Amino acid sequence: MAEEAQATDSGPRPIVSFLKLGSNPHLEGQKCSSCGAIFLDPKRVACSKCGAAGSLKPIPLSNKGKVYVFSVVHQSFPGIKTPYLTVIVDLPEGVSVRSNLVEVSPEEAQKDPKKIFDLPVELVTSVVAKDREGHDVVAFQYKPSK
Amino acid sequence: MPNVYVLGTGMIKFGRYPEKTVPELGGEAALIALKDAGVTIQDVEMFACGNLYQSNAMVGQRILQQIGQTGIPVVNVANACATGSTAFREAYMAVASGMYDVAMAVGVEQMGKQGLLGGAGGGDPAYSTEGKLGSGLMPAVFGQAGIEHMRKYGTKLEHFAKISVKSHKHATKNPFSQYRNEVSLEDVLNARMVGYPNTLYMCCPTGDGAAAAILVSETKLKQFAAGRKRARVAASVLTSDPYTDRDLTLPDVSTLTRRASKQAYEKAGIGPKDIALTELHDCFATAELVHYENLGLCGDGEAGSFIDKKGGVHPDLGGFAPVNVSGGLLSKGHPLGATGVANICEVVWHLTQDERAKDRLVPNAKAGQAHVIGLGSACTINILTV
Repeated sequence: MAEEAQATDSGPRPIVSFLKLGSNPHLEGQKCSSCGAIFLDPKRVACSKCGAAGSLKPIPLSNKGKVYVFSVVHQSFPGIKTPYLTVIVDLPEGVSVRSNLVEVSPEEAQKDPKKIFDLPVELVTSVVAKDREGHDVVAFQYKPSK
Repeated sequence: MPNVYVLGTGMIKFGRYPEKTVPELGGEAALIALKDAGVTIQDVEMFACGNLYQSNAMVGQRILQQIGQTGIPVVNVANACATGSTAFREAYMAVASGMYDVAMAVGVEQMGKQGLLGGAGGGDPAYSTEGKLGSGLMPAVFGQAGIEHMRKYGTKLEHFAKISVKSHKHATKNPFSQYRNEVSLEDVLNARMVGYPNTLYMCCPTGDGAAAAILVSETKLKQFAAGRKRARVAASVLTSDPYTDRDLTLPDVSTLTRRASKQAYEKAGIGPKDIALTELHDCFATAELVHYENLGLCGDGEAGSFIDKKGGVHPDLGGFAPVNVSGGLLSKGHPLGATGVANICEVVWHLTQDERAKDRLVPNAKAGQAHVIGLGSACTINILTV
């Protein structure tokens, strides 16, 4: 019955399945109970660090992290607005996430990359598209923590 | 393991050949290699063909349909940018195993002008993550490898830019290179930014190309080489990306290269100091810089000073430990499937003082290496010696 409920749900859809929406939007990882490695994609048959199968359990991930590295994309596919800041964010649980860094100007980041390294950031969400069925598609980004 | 030699090599100038087909391009390179080897297609016992964009279309067999359908086993190989070098390794293993005496490897690709941005994926475009969850585009992904070096060691933009200047200068001596223009440091730094810190001249062009090699056993070398100097495959290594903490989010091109490098030096019984020239995978200038350290050409964190001291520059230009004297992918071009075999051709030509490298020969070259990364990831290193 859960599938039916989802099919008629007219609410927003996450852009990736590891983004959980609702009153407290957050990311959900898959943690290996054997070696502790954490993965983002829930479609996974075993742990690629230690090889254990059936060891992966969902865990909520922190909304706060620190920027490891970044790049600024100036040339992209048609229809995608440039420039944008892409960042790799390290979360305290020991897993890294890739997304856009917002509320920081790409030009400033290029001028002084050191300011971006280890920048404390927090997760925000926004509607980024409408899918073919008319649902809002929600993505997550990171912004500097206050 | 029995010795395996490169008896013949062939390569067409990288560029754009919209009027030709993939089997035609591959067939042309194969014929050049066969002629260089002094054998015919009838002598070839096994064929490994590397091509990426038509990997479901039996390119190897279609090449034989152009140059000689002898009924030999054909393996079609796809391994991202390491496609050609993986095909070379398949041919190497076929001979090294003792199963065959003569094997052919061809790498071929026709890319047109599509650019090296990477795939967009299918399905509802609303769920495409590019630009919404960061970027998977190659200039940015490899840009981050450079930024990581910057973060760790304070590497400057000028260091990346100098690599581009160096490789463009090298390319002026290579008639097989797609681009042969020089660029200044200012040209590189002021060029259009593609994916920070990679400006236009720090990104390899796309295009079409083909390269081929004929590999033989010791017995066949004696039969066919007739006293001509030929290079031996001293090591042919392939690795995939081992688990590292960020690999699935931030592709780690270093760990698998370091593993391959260690294995290759061990198998060849030599070290980086013995390598006269290196052709490495400079899809972006940021990639070349990190591979100086990954391949042991300098110590960890020393790539910047290596560049400042003219490391990687051809000895004719006052440098040492020359890297990408062909012009590298930055100038020579990067037709994905052809790249790995072409790099091996370049190394072989220096070791055997081949006419085709006469204006850029590295003096007294006794050993050289060709390194390729296929993102996703695969790494090949082939060490050749004379």
